[in-house]
Amino acid sequence: MLELRQVAKIVEGQTHIAPTSLSLESGSLNVLLGPSLSGKTSLLRLMAGLDKPTSGTVWENGKDVTGLSVRKRNIAMVYQQFVNYPAMTVFENIASPLRLAKTPAAEIDRKVRSAAELLRLTPYLDRTPLTLSGGQQQRTALARALVKGAGLVLLDEPLANLDYKLREELREELPKIFAESGSILVYATTEPTEALLLGGNTATLHEGHVTQFGPTVDVFRRPNTLTTAQAFSDPPLNTIAAHKSGASFDLDGGLSLAAPKTLADGPYVLGVRPHHLSLSAQNKSAQPLTAKVAITEITGSESFVHFPFGGTDWVMLTPGVHEFEPGDKVSLYIDAARVMVFSPDGQALGA
Amino acid sequence: MRTKVKERWARVGWLIPAFYILFLMVPIYWLLAMSLKTNAEITSGFTLWPKALTFANYHVIFSDPSWYSGYINSITYVVMNTVISLAVALPAAYAFSRYRFLGDKHLFFWLFTNRMAPPAIFALPFFQLYSAFHLIDTHIAVALAHCLFNVPLAVWILEGFMSGVPREIDETAYIDGYSFPRFFFKIFTPLIASGIGVTAFFCFMFSWVELLLASTLTTVNAKPIAAVMTRTVSAAGMDWGVLAAAGMLTIIPGAVVIWFVRNYIAKGFALGRV
Repeated sequence: MLELRQVAKIVEGQTHIAPTSLSLESGSLNVLLGPSLSGKTSLLRLMAGLDKPTSGTVWENGKDVTGLSVRKRNIAMVYQQFVNYPAMTVFENIASPLRLAKTPAAEIDRKVRSAAELLRLTPYLDRTPLTLSGGQQQRTALARALVKGAGLVLLDEPLANLDYKLREELREELPKIFAESGSILVYATTEPTEALLLGGNTATLHEGHVTQFGPTVDVFRRPNTLTTAQAFSDPPLNTIAAHKSGASFDLDGGLSLAAPKTLADGPYVLGVRPHHLSLSAQNKSAQPLTAKVAITEITGSESFVHFPFGGTDWVMLTPGVHEFEPGDKVSLYIDAARVMVFSPDGQALGA
Repeated sequence: MRTKVKERWARVGWLIPAFYILFLMVPIYWLLAMSLKTNAEITSGFTLWPKALTFANYHVIFSDPSWYSGYINSITYVVMNTVISLAVALPAAYAFSRYRFLGDKHLFFWLFTNRMAPPAIFALPFFQLYSAFHLIDTHIAVALAHCLFNVPLAVWILEGFMSGVPREIDETAYIDGYSFPRFFFKIFTPLIASGIGVTAFFCFMFSWVELLLASTLTTVNAKPIAAVMTRTVSAAGMDWGVLAAAGMLTIIPGAVVIWFVRNYIAKGFALGRV
């Protein structure tokens, strides 16, 4: 079990990580989700002990490991860039942590070969990393992290620099490969879809703050703040200011939606996920609105329709190919039951 | 029309570099030709190639201790200097490349300013200091004096090469459990091997061609070859042939070293920042 207790990192007066407490269970898969510069890498480095926190402590299995040299920690790390030892063969690259741990040669051979088998590197064991493709290089780095059998495995956007197909493949395999080792897996990513596909727990990060931590699906379905909802939405979350009076929200765009009776009258911010907008009414709670299309993007089987609404840019994600011209008037439906309600300062108030 | 001009240029374009190279090679050829001539032929008139081919000049150099010891002295202090410069510059360059400390950028630049002063201004203080420590006329004296400009240069070149190696490699090695020295020699050094080669070349070259400090700090036992060459005027007049042969032999070590680092030299001139 890894525990961060009020860990903070401040570099040259800039807060990279605000005081953060997290505890990660043994054998769990944890995703750090947030845009670039949100502090994912900083947090990973603090967990690893590569950087020393400005304040707070890091605990591993009940022991304070703050400031302990990474050499003495039992961890493994894989970076976004493919980091291997170019002067060694793939076999020696993977064997490197075992050699340093003075593992018997026969066992090294067995472990390296089984890791190579798992990551489909067997044909390349005698080559050097720089003669391999990017995917193979990254698999070498992953194999090295795997053989070590570390208690804490940190993956910093490990698939970001790989091509699409490989990324899909490895993303599926990675959790399985590391699950058997019983180690804590921490996976940093910028992509909400990746977090959802990986499952496990997710911590959303925003400007150095962990905004929410919990089972991935819960965080996605019930974000506790507007920031979390925005971080965990791809394409971006549509937001709009609204004023509640009586039984309805009056939106900036001149639309009224039914409001829960439990809320007091006053200003609110509403969030609508792009796929909760549709071209036809999906259920009884759907509310119609008319939108003037700004631009349409088509990705094979889905269409992204951008349109201005109440002074902000909204986007609808809808299945099928819909070729609207800019300026076209389109009737849409908002699934009012799925609308997320936030207070003006961004606290979630139930959906 | 344009294509025609282009074609004509393509046909004669090679002439320009050819002439340029010829122009550069003439003095070297002349030196070689002179070294293979007799003194009588050199002084008697103008000949394009040796009429009476002789290796006597080279024989003089290889048999006379006052000549060949000059080479041995030069090579000794040059190698000593290259080794010292690298040994000092490797850790320094690593520190500049990987750590941030108070005044690091100023110190880095200050190092380089040592190259901006002509060696002549250091000749006098060095002579006094080295005399006080009884280092005059030793190889180590010259080797240390040349560190003045070679260490900063080595730090600059190596820092460029080292900064080209991602820091993540260092971290991965530490995570794997490498101790610093083991990481440095087993993982890091092979990655900057070409940089070390280029650095060694530059140290070798600058130390090899430097004459002023080398001749100031030596008298007999560590006298460099270039200093020996300046006093070949004997009672029998100037010994042109032997002097030319000595010159030819002085070019060789540099040419040999260049051969080994020819693929990396451009990167070296850019201080590793290509």
